[in-house]
Amino acid sequence: MIYLDHNATTPLLPQALAAMQEFLGQAYGNPSSVHGAGRLARTAIDSARAQVAALVGAQASQVLFTSGGTEANTLAIKGLAGENFPVLVAATEHASLLDTAGQLRRQGLPVRELQVASDGMIEPAAYARALADAPRGLVSIMWANNETGVIQDIKALAAQAAAAGWLFHTDAVQAAGKRPIRFADSGAQMLSLSAHKIYGPKGVGALILDRRVALEPVQPGGGQERGLRGGTENVAGIVGFGVAAELALQRLTVRARRTEQLRELLEDSLKSLENIEIIGTSAPRVGNTSLISLRGFASETLLMALDRRGIAVSSGSACHSGNGQPSHVLTAMGVPETSARGAIRVSFGEDNSEADVGALVEALRALIAEHDAARSSSLFGEVG
Amino acid sequence: MIYLDHAATTPVRPEVAAVMAECLTSDGVFANPSSIHGPGIAAAARVRVAREQVAGAVGASPPEIVWTSGATESNNLGLLGAARYYAQRGRHLVTAKTEHKSVIDAARQLESEGWQVTWLKPEDGVRVAPEQLEAAVRDDTVLVSLMQVNNETGVVQDIARMAAITRARGIVFHVDAAQALGKCPIDLSQIPLDLMSFSAHKLGGPKGVGALFVRMRPRARVKPLMFGGGHERGMRSGTIATHQVAGMGLACTLAVAEQAVEQTRLAGLRDHLWARLSQALPEIHRNGGDAAVVGNILNVSFAGVDGESLRTDLPELAVSSGSACSSGGSEPSYVLRALGRNDMLADASLRFSLGRESTEADIGAAAEQVIAAVRRLRALSPRWGRAA
Repeated sequence: MIYLDHNATTPLLPQALAAMQEFLGQAYGNPSSVHGAGRLARTAIDSARAQVAALVGAQASQVLFTSGGTEANTLAIKGLAGENFPVLVAATEHASLLDTAGQLRRQGLPVRELQVASDGMIEPAAYARALADAPRGLVSIMWANNETGVIQDIKALAAQAAAAGWLFHTDAVQAAGKRPIRFADSGAQMLSLSAHKIYGPKGVGALILDRRVALEPVQPGGGQERGLRGGTENVAGIVGFGVAAELALQRLTVRARRTEQLRELLEDSLKSLENIEIIGTSAPRVGNTSLISLRGFASETLLMALDRRGIAVSSGSACHSGNGQPSHVLTAMGVPETSARGAIRVSFGEDNSEADVGALVEALRALIAEHDAARSSSLFGEVG
Repeated sequence: MIYLDHAATTPVRPEVAAVMAECLTSDGVFANPSSIHGPGIAAAARVRVAREQVAGAVGASPPEIVWTSGATESNNLGLLGAARYYAQRGRHLVTAKTEHKSVIDAARQLESEGWQVTWLKPEDGVRVAPEQLEAAVRDDTVLVSLMQVNNETGVVQDIARMAAITRARGIVFHVDAAQALGKCPIDLSQIPLDLMSFSAHKLGGPKGVGALFVRMRPRARVKPLMFGGGHERGMRSGTIATHQVAGMGLACTLAVAEQAVEQTRLAGLRDHLWARLSQALPEIHRNGGDAAVVGNILNVSFAGVDGESLRTDLPELAVSSGSACSSGGSEPSYVLRALGRNDMLADASLRFSLGRESTEADIGAAAEQVIAAVRRLRALSPRWGRAA
């Protein structure tokens, strides 16, 4: 199987598994216990906190562990939203943010969606107008988009928000480990991370939090994570996240260069094929992601046909897989439905090779040829 | 170190850790179970098996099992989710002072949102009686939340009788079974409760995963706490951690299969521990009494000693004073105080919780260490001198 779906999830690094196994074995204490077994677990969590902080240029005390990116996003938005605290989210955000925003709106809270330009970037004029609407509030704009890879200018957007008196949250789940991130310099007060997008385990993530922001917990009970997130810590998961974060920082440049080379090779190779369009190329993108539209195809048909050939790609976000709806990201960018319907997302990882790209290009070429042959024979049939 | 703190957490069983390892790395079932390609479908199949295992362990059907990040999230989703869904029916909740912190904090959250909460206190100093529940429910009572097994004392409550009361009145009944699963039989096809919380790491599974049972017939409803992606029938979004749920599924199957034999064995060891302590030491109290307590827990208060000194005097013994979740704070156990112990006795208490690894030798050594420590501290205590 050729796995080209690293934005959906990544395989765990063997080093992370090895570190986790200690905590799935001998080191099983509850970190809240005061005895030796508990203290050992507590120390491991503290080390992981420092490792995760280092990946994103934050302080260890700013790392709040959660059950994943979805919980981190939920906590950031729900923990602040209120009648006098409007929330502004980009229309291209991950479902966890948009659905939370939608739920708050249904409760009657002031929540607005911010439209994007056709390249997926936030429109500066619309952004300035939205910020001028209220003296304070919360903006949430993702660092890199999970479907297109489009990167926003977080520093500029956060600075603009600060000038208008607003707080800034960024979902950096798809940006972390793919490009350098410095929370301290970003101007954001909150930043979401997920371990399983950076070769760590599923079921663990973090909200990086400027402690001056007074968040209300979404999940109280037990007092863990300074009272902001109750529940016995997933020690093995957190340890795996820490190791994955440390390796992501070490390998950042190599991984980014390697995956970007593969993407360039793919996009160059596809130029010779007709009716293919790459979406989001006019904006800066993370290096591993390519959203390819094949006109005349349906995404799911393509995905299944590639799957039969042993190639795993996705039709946009895994979270929406199977519902047959055109992607909200492409709709927000104004991509015509004919293009959006045939979009597949290819996301490279550190294990991929040139041969994988070659196999994908060959498979797509064959599928297009089959499709054309079927189409011309049916045309011929109609004429006859 | 002698580990007698299984109510705080348990070691992951080796066979469970092995199954988890199969769902992580590139040569395993690592894909996102929501992905519709081959690797994703393989991961989803693992999730399905795990759901069947958990459902099978409690007499539920697989779609009634909603994965969470642990019992704290399950309790929050059960209480906050049901309260918010059914708020138009009324805004009164009944729970107990002896519940786990996560239930208490969720109930307090509802209080701050304008709900009225009746806090039951075990009248006989041990457990909440069904009659107390009957007296507490009102016309506007929407939700009742009570635990099956108390995490500090091991006391088992009569959930079936409580469920009959709530069902007859159309009140949603949530039960925290984090300490019950794997220790007491649970058959949700027979007990008409609506929501039940489970945790994996209390029964040989991993930390960071749990489940909420949400009954389908008659259908119980909860408003989700987390949105996005529509996982878990829309009740709980977020990528499902395949290795975590696979670990929980196997741990539940194993624990339930071994439950009867293991509980008998542990109850024997536990009773032996109490016999040793109570024969050697005067003025000690068994919290929660000795009837209807799960086999693996013994909670003892020692008169005439300072709780903090007692725990520091037992460096080789991993036990706890009450719940691990509250052990960071220096407050004496609120559970023991609710059961009528004074602050002094509530503080000078130890919870011994036994598990699969516990042996007769562990119990013997633990008894010796505790007896020696209590005698040493009492010898130094002027208060004990006067009392004796």
